[in-house]
Amino acid sequence: MCLGIPGEVVEFLPDQPDLARVDVSGVRRVINVGLLADDLPEPGEWVLIHVGFALSKIDENEAAAALEFLEGIGQAYADELAALAESRIE
Amino acid sequence: MRFVDEFRDADKAHALAARITELCEPGRQYKFMEVCGGHTHTIYKHGLEDYLPEAITLVHGPGCPVCVIPMGRVDDAIHLASQPDTIMTSFGDMMRVPGSQGSFFDAKAAGTDIRMVYSPLDSLKIARQNPDKRVVFMAIGFETTTPSTAMTVLRAKAMGLENFSVFCNHVTIIPAIKAILDSPDLRLDGFIGPGHVSTVIGCRPYEFIASGYGKPVVVAGFEPLDILQSIYMLMMQLSEGRAEVENQYTRVVPWDGNLAALTAINQVMELRPYFEWRGLGFITHSAMRLREGFRAFDAEVLFNVPGVRVADPKACQCGEVLKGVLKPWECKVFGTACTPETPIGTCMVSPEGACAAYYNYGRMNRHRVVEVELSRP
Repeated sequence: MCLGIPGEVVEFLPDQPDLARVDVSGVRRVINVGLLADDLPEPGEWVLIHVGFALSKIDENEAAAALEFLEGIGQAYADELAALAESRIE
Repeated sequence: MRFVDEFRDADKAHALAARITELCEPGRQYKFMEVCGGHTHTIYKHGLEDYLPEAITLVHGPGCPVCVIPMGRVDDAIHLASQPDTIMTSFGDMMRVPGSQGSFFDAKAAGTDIRMVYSPLDSLKIARQNPDKRVVFMAIGFETTTPSTAMTVLRAKAMGLENFSVFCNHVTIIPAIKAILDSPDLRLDGFIGPGHVSTVIGCRPYEFIASGYGKPVVVAGFEPLDILQSIYMLMMQLSEGRAEVENQYTRVVPWDGNLAALTAINQVMELRPYFEWRGLGFITHSAMRLREGFRAFDAEVLFNVPGVRVADPKACQCGEVLKGVLKPWECKVFGTACTPETPIGTCMVSPEGACAAYYNYGRMNRHRVVEVELSRP
């Protein structure tokens, strides 16, 4: 739960401006972007996600570095991704 | 599992370590606390202590939210979850944390409806799908996860959900740091500041450490080089006689934090007069509860919470580990009675707990130290 995981914004949900679909290591799920309302990311931009909420915008290099770091962590990231895959935010 | 010597930036790390070594005053010992459990994990995973000169000791701090939950709070949560027509939702990290009568996993195995969720928002869907049940979210975490709970409560209110509530255990990092600074047990030379927490609160809240206690703080990222770079920045401050708050993790952490997140927290929650931390005891103004206007979502108002106080197991020395007074392996039960599979103390539960991190990676390092010693002519 403490891991910040990078996700690429794919699209915003119609009629739900604070929800966006993101791609995290190939897993596509909906997250809340309400905490970035002052400076919303565009599709194609990257965000750091904590427990279903985008907490900060990051650039592509930082996303790649963070991902490499997380993949090196092993089980903790695998658990986080498995939990994300089960998530159904609406 | 990767070995320490596979660390991809080993050359850069050695170069940084050499510059750090040059800054060490002969005969002086330095103790830096990394506050965040994520940093502890990186330090052990990559064997960063092996890169540092012997004059520098890294002390592991209280920044693992699972580790600081006292047993009584786990018992209270299981009591809530056991009420009729109740579903408790929880992050996976919390499931193995032992209470005095067992963990969430044990309660679940005995038939209590406790469900793992990725996000507090997932609890809202469960509440909608189960209108005849009361859904209680076990909210834990430092300021990194607090805004998520606050936003979820706001959303539940906007949706008019009447069967969702929060058992709020959110804690705040600043009072814990202050308790450690005021503790006579430990003399620290500086702090590696928590990266993700600072994404929310920014860097200003640490200024009292520099101005009031004269200790440098460097907010750090989570990669091995980030941590070494931060130690270098701390050493530079000490060698120049400065005590300031610096931000090494500028690529993610804004100096002022995330205003929307702070606003959401402030709208929904307020500080409790005091809260019990595992191993650290009661600390004033160190945790959050829901504000009066959100009582309809506050499990502590809706349910009769026993408010159990349970002393930590005698054999367990998590308190000393959380305060950085003991290294994990100095605990009497480390790796024998207490392992990640059968944790006695919370520090062995979460992968960010100092004991679990050391257990998973550290013993290998010690073997390597022995191997290196033996291979010397």
